[in-house]
Amino acid sequence: MQAFTVHKGIVAPLDRSNVDTDAIIPKQYLKSVKRTGFGPNAFDDWRYLDPGEPGMDGSQRRPNPDFVLNQAPFDQATILLARKNFGCGSSREHAVWALTDFGFRAVIAPSFADIFFSNSCKNGLLPVVLAEDEVQNLFEQVEANPGAQVEVNLEEMTVTAPDGTVFGFTLDEDRRHRLLNGLDDIALTLQFADDIRAFEERQRREWPWMAL
Amino acid sequence: MAGKTLYDKLWEAHVVREEPDGSTLLYIDRHLVHEVTSPQAFEGLRLAGRKPWRGDSVLAVPDHNVPTADRDKGIADPVSRTQVETLESNVTSLGLKFFPMADVRQGIVHVIGPEQGATLPGMTVVCGDSHTSTHGALGALAFGIGTSEVEHVLATQCLWQKKTKAMQIRVEGELRPGVTAKDVVLAIIGRIGTAGGTGYAIEFAGSAIRSLSIEGRMSVCNMSIEAGARAGMVAVDEKTIEYVRNKPQAPTGEMFERAAEHWRTLVSDPDAEFDAVVEMDAAEIAPQVSWGTSPEMVAPIDGRVPDPAAESDPVRAEGMQRALEYMDLKANTPMTEIRPDKVFIGSCTNSRIEDLRAAAEVVKGRKKADNIKLAMVVPGSGLVKQQAEQEGLDRIFLDAGFEWREPGCSMCLAMNADRLEPGERCASTSNRNFEGRQGQGGRTHLVSPSLAAAAAVAGHFIEPSALKEA
Repeated sequence: MQAFTVHKGIVAPLDRSNVDTDAIIPKQYLKSVKRTGFGPNAFDDWRYLDPGEPGMDGSQRRPNPDFVLNQAPFDQATILLARKNFGCGSSREHAVWALTDFGFRAVIAPSFADIFFSNSCKNGLLPVVLAEDEVQNLFEQVEANPGAQVEVNLEEMTVTAPDGTVFGFTLDEDRRHRLLNGLDDIALTLQFADDIRAFEERQRREWPWMAL
Repeated sequence: MAGKTLYDKLWEAHVVREEPDGSTLLYIDRHLVHEVTSPQAFEGLRLAGRKPWRGDSVLAVPDHNVPTADRDKGIADPVSRTQVETLESNVTSLGLKFFPMADVRQGIVHVIGPEQGATLPGMTVVCGDSHTSTHGALGALAFGIGTSEVEHVLATQCLWQKKTKAMQIRVEGELRPGVTAKDVVLAIIGRIGTAGGTGYAIEFAGSAIRSLSIEGRMSVCNMSIEAGARAGMVAVDEKTIEYVRNKPQAPTGEMFERAAEHWRTLVSDPDAEFDAVVEMDAAEIAPQVSWGTSPEMVAPIDGRVPDPAAESDPVRAEGMQRALEYMDLKANTPMTEIRPDKVFIGSCTNSRIEDLRAAAEVVKGRKKADNIKLAMVVPGSGLVKQQAEQEGLDRIFLDAGFEWREPGCSMCLAMNADRLEPGERCASTSNRNFEGRQGQGGRTHLVSPSLAAAAAVAGHFIEPSALKEA
């Protein structure tokens, strides 16, 4: 996983609540058996005026000029700003892969859906929870000054707005550590293989029907 | 000290290791796998030279991409076909249990888990699918995971989790005639919102929940995720134990009785404390119809489409306005005046035998209305289909002009050929009414099987009891 320490970039304001993972990456693209290549179809239904299917040449499609990620400088954004309950719905990790493949490194919102939050942390895409008024403040600054840069610092757990205001956020220590160091979860877990085996032996003794 | 919640008990029974910050290595008993969220996980395993930790914990089945018609012709869409074939080659090369498309036991992963006894009370159950919460109806801790976690469970049989807060949603009293499990859960989501359960594991309790069949409880737990909660569950009672008895993978004989004795302890203690409690009066719940693009946007069948102008929160009002535009609905329209173009009865929420019986009861002796271009019934599994056919339900649907299909996820998310065309409106027994969910530009109204059936017959939403005599 790509480590996340400090990132500074352009913020795209996506002024919607309950952005669901079906919207982030529509179902037809889930048929891929790969982890990459989802970026061109991130927010496909909102981003293009014509219906999309896997394998289409994006340059031949009609982009929706009203959609924020089709507008300069937001097409270069690396931080996404949205309203509450971002990433709700399906567990598809493809939604996170689509955002990272587009170039996003962080998403800032007042709240996230649980599975999206977890998937996000496992792919080096930092979900940042700020208070609703702080998010509102960022929306106003970014809309007044498109292209202004925001810094997200996971070491300090701060977001620095274009006007220099600093907002603090929190992330549990375990996730923060893994993100800061870009750690491979499975290798870490396998250090505890003996604990897992001991658990299995106990379970087989007490509740043998669990592993039928 | 307060007693334990069901969630406490299920959690504590699966802790392999706990770190000082509360991060817990949690053991997973059952790993359900489907074709959409697993290929990258199997590839990761292969690239790292790893093997599944406990292959016998896996049950794999293709469900999202499978066609529901002309199965003998295989899968027409080459991309879908590749995904299903990739699952087959991944699981067969590792010797994992698998029900291919031609197997009568094939079906929607959340229908076949309980049907096979692969998911049992007291288990931890995961799947790369957010509707895994369904299995909580058996008194299990079941939740959806992403693909990285699928790979992690394959490799280690465990997941790193932090214990969430516990919410009890208590529905007390008697449900009105015609009000189903689906209406209960839609009313709950309408009440607490799609983020109301975020950060919680929900236990559904109260006399109205206890009165539901196990299949009804599955419909309720299924939509926990639409209320924001990864896991939903119902305490074990004698109905649970009788449901599990004689299922193919359940224990038998003396071992079953021993297991049942343990399962009876899987209830929240009377003095257990929850972090949040929501109380609802069953008698106040009416049949529900969703009007918007989020599952919290629901109204009673005798109600009207709400007016964004009456909403005080501006962000919320804008969301409502956007939803009404997408749905092509006007504020204050009576729900009974909304006319669908298509009707879909199926999905992991409502495709079990009881759902099909409820729909068939409404349809029996009646005909599909002329304005309904397509009414389709998609059983949740090959075994559900077989059972329905033995009961003659297929004839009832076919005689009424419905289509009777093969099992799969189908038009719940339209990854196969079953989908809405832009602008089409659907009465659907599925779980999500998001923009484009059932096909780009499609408009979804979430309802119970009996309401979907009634809409197919009348051509507009209506309470089944208000239909003219058959």
